Amino acid sequence: MAFKGTLLINTERCKGCGVCTTGCPNNCIALSKNVNKKGYNYMELINEDDCIGCANCAVICPDAIIEVYRTKI
Amino acid sequence: MTREEIIKPENLVYKKTSVLTDNVMHYCPGCGHGLTHRLIAEVIDEMGIQDKTIGVAPVGCAVLAYNYFDVDCIEAAHGRAPALGTAIKRLYPEHFVFTYQGDGDLAAIGTAETIHACNRGENFTMIFVNNGIYGMTGGQMAPTTLKDMKTSTSPYGRDLQTMGNPLKITELIAQLPGALYVTRQAVYTPALARKCKKAIRQAFENQKLKQGISFIEIVSNCNSGWKLSPIQANEWLEQNMLPFYPLGDLKNNK
Ligand SMILES: Cc1ncc(C[n+]2csc(CCOP(=O)(O)OP(=O)(O)O)c2C)c(N)n1
Ligand code: SF4
Ligand code: SF4
Ligand code: SF4
Ligand SMILES: [Mg+2]
Repeated sequence: MAFKGTLLINTERCKGCGVCTTGCPNNCIALSKNVNKKGYNYMELINEDDCIGCANCAVICPDAIIEVYRTKI
Repeated sequence: MTREEIIKPENLVYKKTSVLTDNVMHYCPGCGHGLTHRLIAEVIDEMGIQDKTIGVAPVGCAVLAYNYFDVDCIEAAHGRAPALGTAIKRLYPEHFVFTYQGDGDLAAIGTAETIHACNRGENFTMIFVNNGIYGMTGGQMAPTTLKDMKTSTSPYGRDLQTMGNPLKITELIAQLPGALYVTRQAVYTPALARKCKKAIRQAFENQKLKQGISFIEIVSNCNSGWKLSPIQANEWLEQNMLPFYPLGDLKNNK
């Protein structure tokens, strides 16, 4: 069974720590070149097609800013 | 399939728990304190015990923990969280009580309170975030600082001859008859964070048994004090902290 996922990221609360990027099995996320109002390079979903909604990124985010959605395809 | 088709309530698999307030945590980027708070809040949420939980905050970087947990909390004097935990649990035996402390708080100034609460077998949950350093005050050496580890008060590394040995307080606690469940966890990968959450759940469930203390050490990072990026700090943790502080249950008498 295959899954397709996507994220809702509260980028204004992201601290740009990058730890979420180390846990993604499909390298879907990366820190943006742009910064949020606090000056942090926020996390972005760069590879939407490969996100399987495993929630690894959300489970490792210390600031609880990622919402994950997943559906069967 | 478009993004809009996926983002529907029935497809939600992860969302911030409402047991965490909406306040932005003051912790440095990537700090294990934030992650540990999140896991505790998720356990409280899943057990449906928000209105029956009382937390005790420490002195250390987590001094403002009560701003982030939407449960009743009290702030302890430095190191005295287990004494307050004892009082609260004895007055409210049907409530769920947890203390939250760093290594300077729990294993330096508060060693007596820690040991005696565990030895008496008080029926609450102790969360111990060990980053091997006094994070809040500027990265000074703690009892838990590793051999040769550089801190602001051991700039050439911890020399065992003059500065003594690092203290494995969790191993000491596991010896005590009042300790029901003693485990060492970490939270720097998704798999470890999920495992740690299960341990926190057991530690809270254990309070129903009234058979002693449940003690969880979380080997954590302090990227500011260690002077590393958040990702480098987690790598350093794995390579240096874990060989001396190995993960796993030290005691599980349930
Ligand atoms: C009685 C007293 N002594 C010393 C201090 C200074 N002080 C504040 S936090 C702290 C240690 C914090 O280290 P730790 O418990 O490891 O917490 P961390 O910040 O690393 O999470 C110290 C010594 C104090 N606030 N009160
Ligand atoms: S949900 Fe899983 S696959 Fe999608 S971005 Fe997060 S870690 Fe990557
Ligand atoms: S873990 Fe959270 S705070 Fe850190 S970069 Fe990822 S989304 Fe941002
Ligand atoms: S100083 Fe260290 S322990 Fe304190 S918030 Fe920053 S990284 Fe976390
Ligand atoms: Mg510390």
